[in-house]
Amino acid sequence: MQIVQIIGIGLVSTVIILILRKQKPEIAVQVSIVTGVVIFLLLASKLSSVVELLQSYGDRADIKPVYFNTVLKITGIAYIAEFGAEICNDAGESAIASKIELAGKVIIVVMAVPIITSLLDLVLKVMPQ
Amino acid sequence: MGVDLIFRIAAIGILVAVLNQLLIRSGREEQAMMTTLAGLIVVLLMVVKEIAVLFDTVKTIFKLE
Repeated sequence: MQIVQIIGIGLVSTVIILILRKQKPEIAVQVSIVTGVVIFLLLASKLSSVVELLQSYGDRADIKPVYFNTVLKITGIAYIAEFGAEICNDAGESAIASKIELAGKVIIVVMAVPIITSLLDLVLKVMPQ
Repeated sequence: MGVDLIFRIAAIGILVAVLNQLLIRSGREEQAMMTTLAGLIVVLLMVVKEIAVLFDTVKTIFKLE
């Protein structure tokens, strides 16, 4: 039961952070970063098998790999941006957090350009002249 | 390996907090400051390595080059 393990890690580190926050808030932030990283690393192998499953079905359905990889990359960027922004928010720097989120959105839009252009091309092709 | 790191950082934090209090009580504010800084740097070095591992894992899973 991995969920029990993860909940345990979360609860223990929450208590540790609460103890440390009064004395040394800067180290409390680091504990919360490491907790996030550890929980993600516990899930990483399962996540990669899910991605492989999706990819195999995408191949069978003849979806162009460019599109699938773009969606995958967007998911990854969204996850990392969210992670960084949440850490900044927790430490009280909501200005920096919103900048990180803005950067994530801009990079995602840039990555989605090929998908958007192909969609628009399709719309132009379908539209009667 | 992961949970160890959480406890290690927590221990460093508590140790630094206690040392800080002791040094301030005995009137050595500069050394207390230095202890805080040293603890912070040690913890930061540990955390940076872990963040690098996280980014590498995300890159390989989501195929970000």
